[in-house]
Amino acid sequence: MAELQGRIHSIETFGSVDGPGIRFVIFVQGCAMRCRFCHNADTWDCSGGTLRTPEDLIAQAKRYRPYWGTDGGITVSGGEPLLQIDFLLALFKLAKAEGIHTAIDTAGQPFTDHGPWYDKFVELMGLTDLVIADIKTMDADHHKWLTGVSNANIHQMLKTVSDFGVPLWIRQVLVPGVTDDPEGLKAERAFIDTLKTVEKVEVLPYHTMGAYKWEALGRVYPLEGVKPPTPEQVQAAEAILVPGK
Amino acid sequence: MANAWRNFEGNLWQEDIDVRDFIQNNYTPYDGDESFLEGPTDATTELWNQVQALQKEERAKGGVLDCETEVVSGLTAYGPGYIGADTKGLEKVVGLQTDKPLKRAFMPYGGYKMAKEAAETYGYQINPKYDQIFGEYHKTHNQAVFDAYTPEMRRARHAHIVTGLPDTYGRGRIVGDYRRVALYGVDYLIDKKEEDKLNCGDGTMTDDVVRLREEITDQINALKELKAMAEIYGYDISKPAVNAREAVQWLYFGYLGAVKTQNGAAMSVGRISTFLDIYIDRDLKEGTLTESEAQELIDHLVMKFRMVKFARIPSYNELFSGDPVWATLEMAGTGLDGRSMVTKNDYRFLHTLENMGPAPEPNLTVLYSPRLPEAFKRYAAKISITTSAIQYENDDVMKPFWGDDYSICCCVSATQTGKEMQFFGARANLAKALLYAINGGKDEKFKNKDGSPMQVGPEYAPITSDVLDYAEVAHKYDQMLDWLAGLYVNILNLIQYMHDKYYYEAEEMALIDTDVRRTFATGIAGFSHVVDSLSAIKYAKVTAIRDAYGVTTDFKVEGDFPRYGNDDPRADAIAVKLLHSFLDKIKKHHTYRNSEPTTSILTITSNVVYGKATGALPDGRAAFTPFSPGANPSYGAEQNGLLASLNSVAKVPYKYALDGISNTQTIHPDALGHDDAERKGKMVNVLDGYFSQGAHHLNVNVFGLDKLKDAMEHPEKPEYANFTIRVSGYAVKFIDLTREQQLDVIARNAHHAL
Repeated sequence: MAELQGRIHSIETFGSVDGPGIRFVIFVQGCAMRCRFCHNADTWDCSGGTLRTPEDLIAQAKRYRPYWGTDGGITVSGGEPLLQIDFLLALFKLAKAEGIHTAIDTAGQPFTDHGPWYDKFVELMGLTDLVIADIKTMDADHHKWLTGVSNANIHQMLKTVSDFGVPLWIRQVLVPGVTDDPEGLKAERAFIDTLKTVEKVEVLPYHTMGAYKWEALGRVYPLEGVKPPTPEQVQAAEAILVPGK
Repeated sequence: MANAWRNFEGNLWQEDIDVRDFIQNNYTPYDGDESFLEGPTDATTELWNQVQALQKEERAKGGVLDCETEVVSGLTAYGPGYIGADTKGLEKVVGLQTDKPLKRAFMPYGGYKMAKEAAETYGYQINPKYDQIFGEYHKTHNQAVFDAYTPEMRRARHAHIVTGLPDTYGRGRIVGDYRRVALYGVDYLIDKKEEDKLNCGDGTMTDDVVRLREEITDQINALKELKAMAEIYGYDISKPAVNAREAVQWLYFGYLGAVKTQNGAAMSVGRISTFLDIYIDRDLKEGTLTESEAQELIDHLVMKFRMVKFARIPSYNELFSGDPVWATLEMAGTGLDGRSMVTKNDYRFLHTLENMGPAPEPNLTVLYSPRLPEAFKRYAAKISITTSAIQYENDDVMKPFWGDDYSICCCVSATQTGKEMQFFGARANLAKALLYAINGGKDEKFKNKDGSPMQVGPEYAPITSDVLDYAEVAHKYDQMLDWLAGLYVNILNLIQYMHDKYYYEAEEMALIDTDVRRTFATGIAGFSHVVDSLSAIKYAKVTAIRDAYGVTTDFKVEGDFPRYGNDDPRADAIAVKLLHSFLDKIKKHHTYRNSEPTTSILTITSNVVYGKATGALPDGRAAFTPFSPGANPSYGAEQNGLLASLNSVAKVPYKYALDGISNTQTIHPDALGHDDAERKGKMVNVLDGYFSQGAHHLNVNVFGLDKLKDAMEHPEKPEYANFTIRVSGYAVKFIDLTREQQLDVIARNAHHAL
């Protein structure tokens, strides 16, 4: 059997927003969603990236332990980490053996609630300290338009994570005119309120810093001309979405 | 002494000069937070507004407000000077370098031509009588050095393979123990020096004994004149200071004496914070001083340090941009007994950046250890985040070499306070040396009159193959570094000899033990580029592109290679080996006055000038563009984020570079976290992680590139008047940098994970 490897896009040793404390962020290569506001379009291609073993990555991550203090650790982001669930399992087994805090930053698209994949997901939840989930948009049709995929299984995943008692951070990228409809945000809030392990809800202002990547990939940037939200727009969305605001 | 030393503990320091023993017996560690601090008094605000108005006027006049043309600077050259004629009474700490604030003194002993040119640059004419005085009657340091230089030395200097040499101005980097003036009074210090003179030699007049007897006499005379200088301001400093206000004033007079007599590249203040806290704490307990008054004393002292200025020539400003004086001043650290040396006074010094806004001077330095009190670490982090004006140095790596009473004598270099002096020696351009190794000692930029390349290095056989072979390059580079190290040390030997002879630092040396330890501080420029170039030759395919004379003009690199700054052991091992090997080569040579050779990887802002004189390198750096500063990885080399870069630098062993390993990083505020508490916490995590791995130094800037760009385009905006940033080893007001250096700062990769 070939050695288990992950497809890795890049490493950020100083991740500070993707989980608690300072994070060693592994950006994996490959995503099946085609979000129109994606700022990492260079991570879509499932055949790109560099193949690396979990052992190698954990050894590298441990070099940054002196910076983690009591709350830092590893975050796997992407790309879509759950597309490489075997790799993720192996990586997190090693991490937990070292007592390292583990987080997954996922959009949930690969989730399915049955079969061998689901069994692996259950095992993974036992090794995961935090799931950071990006909700793209609540409405099913709008979701399909925005990302190219359905969101039914994504909602199932969030329920499952919640049922397993794994802490959740929910993120919503606020794109003016695209994801800032108050009714949609209210529906999202109602959904979030059904989840039991939500520790944090964040509204991330859309930014255009990933647009150049589309051009570099020879693609037309679909949100050309859309401006980042104003602080007032962000506050308005937070007032709806974030408990306590 | 009884009254001055009331309630002080300990014996050794009372029997002989021993400030360290005084501190260890009397300081009160503080592990609380900053809530006790007081804001600026009305007097502070009034005086600081006046100074800021003068600084604005200074900038409007092209960088110099006023310049002396008649009086040669000296301890008693001037009557008293104050910030404003009507506000004398508000100044809790008095004394200026000249008779007026921000007026630059005429200091010809380092080099008359330079002193004259500096004045002329800003439209002032030195009285022509000095042409005769310094042309016929009195030689200066600069003249003496050039009298003795060999042709080879002149060529090396011209081509910038050895560069930034202190041969036209004061060498600096000597920190008098200014605390002694406060603790002992000047009369006692004179008595001790008289004793030393009696015990100097057995009557056999060797060179060493003759020189030392003359030096001690110069020191005693300087101390006598220092008393006279204080008398001009109405103070008698012959006896010890009896309270905090006197201690601050006495200490400042000691420092003022140094900057009236020397224009060294670095004129550090030293480790004074914990010392002064002892006096303040006693007064607070005795009820003779309030916290507000204590803060006022520190604010006014710092205000005076912010006003120190020297007249410099344009080429100096290109090397050390932004008018720095390196009035470096330390806080925190831990004692040999393991106690934290953080006192309330360390908070007061950092708080000056809040009370009077950010400023580049004094060069506030936190002697860091992960074991410092958490509250202090968080306060320092907060000051970094809000002002970008302070630097950190690792107490845990310096203490084993320098004890627990060292000062920082330049930007980052440690020196035992009152026990040691340093021969400052600029830096050797190791990147250019790599090209010399490839090109057989021929310079890639500087030409002979007929257009052929200047032969600066020895005429070794050049490398003639197109594709560079690592073993061949490494061997030839090793030989070229042997040559460079020897030449470099000997240039410095010559300079230091002449400096002692013609520009001796009598006032500073009078505040240092007669039996002084001397270090000989060499330095390295172009570090990261050499490492990456050697790595490229080793791991990728590098093809040399040559001109008609066979000298390389560029390199073609095919394939990937590991770069320093990614925590990659392959590149980092080259870095460590390069440093170790250069230090070994330096150590082989005789050093002046049997000083102890050290080296450093720090370039201040000179990375721009050195880079401009150096051709294209195999790492892909284009010809005549800036080097990365200090020990920083090359721009664009860092592919794995801030911490990978820090880990690479942390691997460079301090023991091979006891003069310092400077690293400057800029972090976007958003990358540190969403709110102040999170940012402070993460900053502390970064510092703890970096320093616990044995790294030496870190400059931390916290701002976005948008702010830099806006400040460059709109320097007139009020919010940028005091916008301070850390560059390699010091802080500057960003708008005081040359445009070239502003662009260089902007070009560097700001770390911001988003």
